[in-house]
Amino acid sequence: MHLTFTEKHTKNVGLCIDIDRQIYSAQSRFQRIDIFETPEFGRILTLDGFLMLTEKDEFIYHEMIVHVPLAVHPNAESILIIGGGDGGAVRELCRYDTVRHIDLVEIDEDVVAACKEYLPDVSCRLDDPRVTVHYEDGLRFIRRFTDHYDVIIVDSTDPFGPGEGLFTKEFYGNCYKALKADGILVNQHENPFYPDDALSVRQIHKRIVQSFPLSKLYQAHIPTYPSGHWLFGFSSKKHHPVNGMDAGRWNALGIKTRYYNTNLHKAAFALPTYVEDIIKDVEDADISRL
Amino acid sequence: MGMKQFDQTRAPLLEALREYRAARVVPFDVPGHKQGRGNPELTAFLGRACLEADVNSSKPLDNLCHPVSVIKEAEALAAQAFGAANAFFMVNGTTSAVQSMVLSVCKRGDEIILPRNVHRSVIGALVLCGATPVYVNPQTDARLGISLGMSVKDVKEAIEKHPNAKAVLVNNPTYYGICSDIISITRMAHDKGMTVLADEAHGTHFYFGGDMPVSAMAAGADMASVSMHKSGGSLTQSSLLITGPRVNEGHVRQIIGLTQTTSGSYLLMASLDISRKNLALNGREIFERVLSLAQYARDEIGEIGDYYAYAREIVNGDTVYDFDQTKLSVHTLDIGLAGVEVYDILRDEYGIQVEFGDVANILAYVSVGDRERDIERLVSALAEIRRRYKRSKSGMMRMEYLNPQVAATPQEAFYAEKRSVPVEQSEGEICAESVMCYPPGIPILAPGERITREIIDYIRYMKEKGGSLTGPEDLSIERLNVLKGDRPCI
Repeated sequence: MHLTFTEKHTKNVGLCIDIDRQIYSAQSRFQRIDIFETPEFGRILTLDGFLMLTEKDEFIYHEMIVHVPLAVHPNAESILIIGGGDGGAVRELCRYDTVRHIDLVEIDEDVVAACKEYLPDVSCRLDDPRVTVHYEDGLRFIRRFTDHYDVIIVDSTDPFGPGEGLFTKEFYGNCYKALKADGILVNQHENPFYPDDALSVRQIHKRIVQSFPLSKLYQAHIPTYPSGHWLFGFSSKKHHPVNGMDAGRWNALGIKTRYYNTNLHKAAFALPTYVEDIIKDVEDADISRL
Repeated sequence: MGMKQFDQTRAPLLEALREYRAARVVPFDVPGHKQGRGNPELTAFLGRACLEADVNSSKPLDNLCHPVSVIKEAEALAAQAFGAANAFFMVNGTTSAVQSMVLSVCKRGDEIILPRNVHRSVIGALVLCGATPVYVNPQTDARLGISLGMSVKDVKEAIEKHPNAKAVLVNNPTYYGICSDIISITRMAHDKGMTVLADEAHGTHFYFGGDMPVSAMAAGADMASVSMHKSGGSLTQSSLLITGPRVNEGHVRQIIGLTQTTSGSYLLMASLDISRKNLALNGREIFERVLSLAQYARDEIGEIGDYYAYAREIVNGDTVYDFDQTKLSVHTLDIGLAGVEVYDILRDEYGIQVEFGDVANILAYVSVGDRERDIERLVSALAEIRRRYKRSKSGMMRMEYLNPQVAATPQEAFYAEKRSVPVEQSEGEICAESVMCYPPGIPILAPGERITREIIDYIRYMKEKGGSLTGPEDLSIERLNVLKGDRPCI
């Protein structure tokens, strides 16, 4: 017997992962959820056939989406995660004693339940007393807040399907409003390599720079994501992502990581020339109307 | 007609088109694209199935001009679904349904009682047939700045003053969802032998949804124009004209034949047939969902602050006799923006297209095709627009009812000798053409009306705010055609 999971990254390119067995499959109100056991990547989670995480490489994504903003913000106490129902970002956040409250807003309750049951190494801190899980649309949740969060982490799926509202100008604008005066927004920002995705990178960045005075991209290598080269957005009302990072302070926390370190933090903001070119002209957009 | 014909699960025209395709008839008739083979780019764009259904009238497919088989059956099913005596498939838009209604009952010199906030197609019908409009002032809601329905008392007065009027026309509802007391109006009109016509371009769902305002047919009206392509889900430009038991079917078909194409589109007709079936079988659930989406959006918009998404609370027992709660109208003046400005920002900055924006409101069209997440986007974008743009509302114009001074009939004015003058210098002249904002397409000026300073100011204001003005010969709306002689004709 030979079972393979294939995700098409473009019309002509796909990633194939051999499957040992299917562990979970369900159609929720929003999407199809599958978890497979694989020889190479351990358990993997897919939504509507798109790979969300593997046990083998999820640490890269989750460390980079959490530790970058937390190493910059000097006193991040109140955090909002939008998406991220697998619990990976929560797990990393819970390693900071300074974090007092985490709101996790996940539209699909079934994703959380499946991850709690079958991906315990990822979802292990979802029951931390500092965490409140809200099952609702992120766009709806955030409308109600003004000047409330220190850090917002947008750990969303792709710019189509149930998560598409999290890539819109109205969403980023509402995030700006919900952040405190020195708040930071971090979002997963797709890959810059394949042309259709590069177009998304541009559009997302264009919408964010219209809402935030400071917005930079940083990168990481994630083997199972399309092209393996992944971008994140760092948008801020005040703190600079590199100059504002206090390496001594973060290293003194003694948080043990496998991908992130403070040298890599600085380097991650140095982008390949072709990526700089993709986003260059949209950064000149008018930000006079904040 | 046998029982089989009144089975709403059937779609006779769809079935005939399927059989026709399966029969693989060799087409030596029009259309010349021959099932798409002759136009590969069009076929690639629209799909082969679409082009294959774009066929000509023939014995197995019936003929819209003179239906005897499958179109006749499909129309009979539509009539039954709408509670009408007869239904006519219309393929030239609801405009042609409205015009056929008016032309069926009015001829040159006849009077017709109607509210001034009619759609431009009604004014067009008056130009065509030469009837004289007797306008009933639809009262205006001062806060919302929108025209309402006709007061029963005003209609009664108009009927008493014009006892020879041939018909009363009622918007059921207006573009904004406002209904007049069509039952009382119908009773009064029928008492005086007048025909009652309903423009139900925005009321298809009244026939199928629960907790809806009364439909024209249920109210006893004689004719109604129903835009199936709006809330009914059929293709753009397809529509229905439905009639009650007092109306002569053959006469209406003759009138329709005056202006309707003799090459009726089977795509449009099939979409009417399929949509009627869907509404008859699933309409109740469909509109329950639409109502709940619209209500959710109203509640959320209400929480943003300053916006006012109105609903049945504006019902006043007369000029707002009922309100169509599927309509998501939002009053925007309290954030200091005209509706048309919010309309433009939503499109240009947020990629959201709403139905229209006027001086003080936007209207978002909510339908069975909407998803909850799209509603969230609309609400969030409105919240952002308020945060980013809110300003003092001083200097914002409120729409007042511009009481028309009818100096000539629309037909006389339209065909009269005319001259072109700059808009700014047109005060006091009699206009020879229509001017409207589109949408909603309600004329600011109709042919034969005296141009006043208020109207000139209103046109200038809407141009400044980016409203889309249409109607005049001069597409830039710098000049208007006015009557050459200043002599009033009536």
